[in-house]
Amino acid sequence: MAKIKGIELIKDGKRLDGRKPFETREVEMKVGIIPNANGSAMVRFGKTTAIAAVYGPRLLLPKHLQEMDKAIIQCRYNMAPFSTDERIKPGTSRRELEISKVVRLALEPVLFLENYPKTTIDVYVEIIQADGSTRVTSVNAASLALADAGIPMKDLVVALSGGKINGQLILDLNGIEDNNSEADVPMAFMPNKKHITLLQMDGELKHEEISKLINEMFKAGEIIYKKQIEALKNRYSE
Amino acid sequence: MKEKETGVREIAYPGQVLGDKKEFLPGVGTYEEDGKIISKFLGILTKSGNYVSVVPLSGVYIPKPGEHVIGIVTAVEKVGWVVDINSPWESFLSLSEAVDEFIDVKRVMLNRYYDEGDIIYAQIASAKRGDVQLSMRGPSCKKLKDGVLVKITPTKVPRLIGKEGSMINLIKEKTGTMIRVGQNGVVWISGEKVDKAIVAIKKIDEKSHIYGLTEEITKLLSD
Repeated sequence: MAKIKGIELIKDGKRLDGRKPFETREVEMKVGIIPNANGSAMVRFGKTTAIAAVYGPRLLLPKHLQEMDKAIIQCRYNMAPFSTDERIKPGTSRRELEISKVVRLALEPVLFLENYPKTTIDVYVEIIQADGSTRVTSVNAASLALADAGIPMKDLVVALSGGKINGQLILDLNGIEDNNSEADVPMAFMPNKKHITLLQMDGELKHEEISKLINEMFKAGEIIYKKQIEALKNRYSE
Repeated sequence: MKEKETGVREIAYPGQVLGDKKEFLPGVGTYEEDGKIISKFLGILTKSGNYVSVVPLSGVYIPKPGEHVIGIVTAVEKVGWVVDINSPWESFLSLSEAVDEFIDVKRVMLNRYYDEGDIIYAQIASAKRGDVQLSMRGPSCKKLKDGVLVKITPTKVPRLIGKEGSMINLIKEKTGTMIRVGQNGVVWISGEKVDKAIVAIKKIDEKSHIYGLTEEITKLLSD
């Protein structure tokens, strides 16, 4: 999707899809969808859908990559060729490589890895439909999949995107808003102590605006956190 | 915790605050931070005495010295055997821990004791930094012949055994089979009604989080 000049993204305080500025899209979460994986989860924010699978801890080969006192995380973020309006070429692009690293760094602080020397925890995230905010959807899915795999964690990770369109701060950007935004701020945090594990910004925001946006994201994150807990509990409900 | 008749056991999720350090003591599957006890796993919440602990509902097997496991010999080396024990790490059974008599390794082929594909019931001698050593010196350690192997989630082994072996004895009696359970989640079954025993074991693996499981298994085995 390309930039559209002079598009009015916000009208009478409502966005193109009828949401208020600080309203998230419909969220759906499901845990334990891939039987062959140690842990798996699906997360959907509006149209954006991510599937995460966790394999391991398993023995890491080649040997020179092993850490003698802890496990390492290997993460792969991949967009399916059919996930966007225009087909994208299969294979890892520069952008996908970057997001793989960002997702890994967002998850690393919550894991206790000391119990698993010489091993790897493989996290695979597939985007099967993309409509903005794919990296935060990936973080949410990976967090649930790690919990499902029985890997010790300090806390879950909740991720959410914020931004600015037509001079108005908003939450949970969709595809069109993402492409025409003045700023785009994906954030991931541990909900218990409100420690931020991922914060990126693309565009320009004033000092007061970013503080306000982060506060709003913490608030909306509570709703997503509740959804995550509900999804995890539903996994074991007969 | 009061026993309920039916329903799901209380499930804790990672990051859930389970109580204050003044009231409780942190048990297995928890950690403490700022005087609070917090869960590490998605698992079943149990409170016994002052201890709060979380038993994970999934996960891999982490070997601990002294535990008994069932393994499959994957390779015969010069002075021992490599054994797959259903954990992230390979384990090694050395010759001195396996055979009592004197062996001249230059003349004797080691596969006359244990060969590739053999199933053994062994004890973990040591497990440090991913280096796992096995031993066959325990009285119950031996090679398992015939039988079927079934894998369950390692963390659910205590549930399969039950209180003082109540659950496993129930399955043994009702199906007339011999069963050995390794702490690594591998179960060896041999006897007449193996199929029925497998169904029961799989059911325990799937439904370990609900109350009244013993009654359900009794019902399943009586049919």
